Formats: sequence, structure tokens, C-alpha cells
Amino acid sequence: MEYEIKPRHPLNPGFRELWQNRELLYMFALRDIKVKYKQTYLGIAWALLQPGLMTLLFTLGLGRLINLQYCQGLSYPAFALSGFVLWNLFASGLSNAGNSMVSNAAIIKKIYFPRLVIPISSFLVALVDFSIAFCIMLPVMAFLGASPVNAAWYCLPLSILLCFLAAFGLGTFLSAANIKYRDVRYVLPFIIQALFFASPVIYPLNLNPHAWYSPILLCNPMHAPLELFRAAFGYNINAMYLWPSIACSLFFVAYGLYYFRKTEHFFADLA
Amino acid sequence: MSKPILEIQHVGKKYRIQQTQQPYISLRDSIGQWYKPKSQSQDFWALNDVSFTVNAGDTIGIIGKNGAGKSTLLKILSRITPPTCGKIISRGRMASLLEVGTGFHPELSGRENVYMNGSILGMRRAEIKKHFDAIVDFAGVAQFIDTPLKHYSSGMQLRLAFAVAAFLENEILIIDEVLAVGDSEFQKKCIGKMDDISKSGRTVLFVSHDFSAIRTICNRGILLDKGQVLVNDQLSVALSNYLSKINNNFDFVNGKIQINGKLIKQVELMCDDVPSNEVYMGCNLGLKVYFESDKPMEFPSLSILIKDSFNAPLIGVNNTQYEKNLAINPITSGIFEVSIPNFNLMSGNYIVDIYLGNNFKNLEEIKDCFKLIILRRNFTDNSIEAINENYNKVFFKNMKWKLKNISTE
Repeated sequence: MEYEIKPRHPLNPGFRELWQNRELLYMFALRDIKVKYKQTYLGIAWALLQPGLMTLLFTLGLGRLINLQYCQGLSYPAFALSGFVLWNLFASGLSNAGNSMVSNAAIIKKIYFPRLVIPISSFLVALVDFSIAFCIMLPVMAFLGASPVNAAWYCLPLSILLCFLAAFGLGTFLSAANIKYRDVRYVLPFIIQALFFASPVIYPLNLNPHAWYSPILLCNPMHAPLELFRAAFGYNINAMYLWPSIACSLFFVAYGLYYFRKTEHFFADLA
Repeated sequence: MSKPILEIQHVGKKYRIQQTQQPYISLRDSIGQWYKPKSQSQDFWALNDVSFTVNAGDTIGIIGKNGAGKSTLLKILSRITPPTCGKIISRGRMASLLEVGTGFHPELSGRENVYMNGSILGMRRAEIKKHFDAIVDFAGVAQFIDTPLKHYSSGMQLRLAFAVAAFLENEILIIDEVLAVGDSEFQKKCIGKMDDISKSGRTVLFVSHDFSAIRTICNRGILLDKGQVLVNDQLSVALSNYLSKINNNFDFVNGKIQINGKLIKQVELMCDDVPSNEVYMGCNLGLKVYFESDKPMEFPSLSILIKDSFNAPLIGVNNTQYEKNLAINPITSGIFEVSIPNFNLMSGNYIVDIYLGNNFKNLEEIKDCFKLIILRRNFTDNSIEAINENYNKVFFKNMKWKLKNISTE
């Protein structure tokens, strides 16, 4: 085994090294999950309580206010709950990832391992919460009259994958930028909030093709995952509208990864 | 001959020093700088054209003053930061211990932390499992292994952290002054373990200021100064070079040396009542220490600590151990005169610390105040061989040797 220590090419995404360190990925995720629910009374139940309470809030508030009964095949509570559950995966994944490099700066400065392990493992933490929330969500959705549609089951893994890509692309970019510019820490909640309103979480996307904001809403990386996620529960979607979002997401992944790889060598000097 | 396990070729590391040092860059400052001409940043080479090779089984002590580039070198070797130029070829699995307990989390139990820390250090899960009992045993925390780390004493945390590192199976170990912490008993245990590791044929690179630890573990030494390799040789050569380097400002001129102390101003050295720059074995050594003070001193006292060239103390004496108060009236400036007849330290280089105090309170301590050079001199007429400096720190002028024949023929 012979290797050289010299700066690597930023276009090499480093997936092989990442695969060699998959155990570390698991250990980081395990640590964060354990730490997250240490000394909480309700523990992992918070995973569903958060989106559940939000759904209740918005059903009582927004749902009544603008008199939304059904949205393209889903009742409003089912629409909102499914939206919140997947949105939480994205939002906590992105927020964890964006802050991950800075919060692990002490480790980065003292030891080498593929740096990508950190943002990815922080997404895994969000994924564990999501899995639990999802399992509890299923009977609730059934009660609200939205059972998973057999024919569209493949939409589920696809939507989670796209959600991961959306969080990963933005997350790697922001986590790398955060090392250099700590301003990111303060901008991050704002970015998430803005994306929340730009995504069809609490309202269905009834596009007005002439509105100036329509292309932005279509290019939103979270548009496609949310639509696909609901499609698995019988939501009617137009597959045509998903492509800009997916393309945009892939672009963010490519650029985020490139920026991360380009700057990762100097993390230890800057952190 | 097989290829060296580590080749460091012309490695350099440049840092940019900004006029105003900031812990991190903020976006606002960055935008602000677009309007300004390029700031006058200076280049600083922490390492400059460093080349050496390491053979498998070498144990190398890396020494040098603070800021000589030791830690930067270790950081580059452990891939935490890339070199600005040059390259390093490694032919073994490397593990670096720049601190003990990297990744330890107070909320996790001892068991979980062992797995976490082990993974970060590059151990496979199966490897950790295999050594788990031995690790816990070495750390001596078996009883508390499922207790959260935050309830451990700091000593227990440290022991657990070192224990994980001690069971690394990598061919190359890079160790920064991790042993500077912990009680002396545990330090001894660590040094012992590291000695085992180095004897087991693995390659060790060790940075430390603790020369006795380095001498236990290492067989080669690399002396860094201002980012460059000054000496790459046997450990003893590197060490003695280092010591003469740090001490070269402390030589006597015409038996005098000026001290820039708050109180202590000058020291004079006498050998058999003659001012001189070095002394002979067994001479009557005389020292004069000039001091000045703003406030009158009621009970001035002077301590002298003579250390060997590895900084280990040999003689520490104080006038209060020999005499009553030497000042009859409070004194603002004066000369302390000390004489030691038949000064029986072996020839060699020594380092002397001087402490000045008043009323049993230390007012000033001047560490590494001057270098004391003791020259060899025969002290009996009959000797046919010189005393070996490696085995003797002191000598006895009046030692008697006899041989009685008790054979029957």
C-alpha cells in the first residue's frame, strides 16, 4: 500500500475513500442520535410530535382560513402532515449538515478522515428521525383517508433519495462555506424558512404560468421530493413539472461537492 | 534493501499572516476588502524544504524550539493540512495521535466512546471488538464502562483515551506531546507502552519537549529550526545540538554575563578565585550575583539550581539552608557571593537557574540563566583511564581502591 500525500484533484468526488470509511459514518451518526435524545423525557417520540403539532396548527389555522378541504386527492390534514414529515427530514438534514463542520472543528483539526463523512452522517441522523416519524405517520394518514397506493410505492424511496440530494447539495456547500464564513450559521435558518415558503408544504402548488415566481418554485429542489412523497399516498401530480426541480437539485449536488472538495484541505487551517 | 516506509521530499508549508489577525473571516470583511487594494499580507513559511526518509522500525524524536515547525510537520504527515509544495510518500498505514481522546463525547458511555474514538483513529469495528477487554483493562475503568463519560474523573477519561490509542495496529504512529498530561504514574505507564510499541518494530514519530521520554522511546532525532531540518542523525547528536543551540546566548565573556532581569543584573564566574568562562573539575567554584531592587529587602535569599544538559535537576541549593539572614539591614542592591570548594560535578555542559527572593518569597526566577561548562582535569596522578561521563554525574576526589589477594597459592 503506497500513497502520496499531496493536494488531490477537486473533481475527484472521493466516494471510494468514503466507502472505506463507512463505519465511521455510522459511528458519527450513532453518536449524534444518542446525544440528541439523551436526557429528554419523550425521547425519540419528538420525531413525530414536531410535525404532528405543526399539522394541527396549520389545519386549524391556514386550512380553515383559506377553506382548503381537499388538495388534488388528499384531505388538507393528510396533505400538511405528509408535507411536514418530509420537510422535517430536509430541514433538519440541511441544518445539521450546514453546522456540522463547525461543530466538529475540534476533531477536524486533530485527525484526518474523509471530511464528507461529517455532513453525510448528519443527514443520517435526520433520516433516523424521519423513519420513526414515517412509521407513526402511516396509521395517522390512513385515519385521514390517505393510504399508500400500491402502484406508486416506488415514489417513496425516490422522494427520499431526492430529498437527500437536495439537502446534501446545499448542505455540503454551506458546511464548507461555514468554515470560512461563520455568517452562514446566521443565514441558515433564514434560508430554510425561505425554502419552506417556496415549497409546497402547507399549500398546494397551483401554478400560474404567467407569474414571475413560477420558474423559481419549479426549480426549488424540494418541489419534486414533496410531490413524489405525496404521490405515494394518492396525490395527483404532473411528472412534467418535476424535472426542473430534479435538475436543479443535481446541479446543487455537483457544485456543493466540488466546492467542498476544493476547500476541504484547508478546513484545519481555517476552523 | 527495502524502500523506506516514509519519504518526505522538499515539503514546505506557507501561511499567510494578515496585518490584523482574525480567528475567522467574516463575509462582511471579505466584501469590504473588494474595495481596498490587496491587503499587505506577509508570507510565512512554517516549513521550508524539509526532506528526510524514515525506514521501517525507526523511532524518531522530533525536537526544536516552539514555532520551529514540529506540529506543522505532524499535521502534514497526518494529512490534516496539505503541504504547499513537495510531497510525501508513505508505504504503511498511518495513525496520528495529535491529542488523546479525539471525538470523545461526555454524554456517551465509556463503551460507546471507545468505539467512537477507535473509529476516528481508523480502527475497524472488528479490531476494536477484539481489543475491547484489553483496552478497558489497561485503562482500569471496567467498573464504569457503561457510565456516561461526563461522570468520569479527568484522569479516568485520559486513561481510557490513551488505552484506545495504545491498541492501534498501524505500521506508522505519529505522536504529538500527548503525554504532557496525567499523573506521573500514568505517564510512566504510557511511556512503557510506547516503548513496547517501538520495540515491536513499528515506526514512531514523536514530538516532545520531554527529553527523558524521547530518550526512552526514540533512536533517531530530527532537529527542526525555523522550519528547516538542522540535524537528522542519532538521537544523542540531535539532542546535544539542540541544547547547544538554545544555550548559545548564555556564555560567559571574561567571566561575566549580563542578565536582563528585573532584579538580577550580572553573574560572575570564578575558577580557583580567577574570573573565567569555564571551570575545571574539582576546582573552587565561585559565583557572584549582582542584584538591584526598588524596595529594600529584609531577608534576601539566593537559590541556585544546576541542571544537566537534559534539564534534569542535579543540585539545588539556597543560602538559607546554610546560613542565617545575611543582611544586617534591609538592602536595595548587593552582591551575593557563593563559593563551592572541590566542585565535584563531572565535566560537561550544565544549565543553571537562579532564583532571588525576599522573606522566603520568590521575587525573580531566571530559568536557563547561564551555561556552566566544566572542563576535564585529572585529579589523581595515578589514573590510567578517564572517568566515563555517560555513567557519572559527580566524582569523588578521594576515593580509595585496594585489592587484597586471598588466593591460597
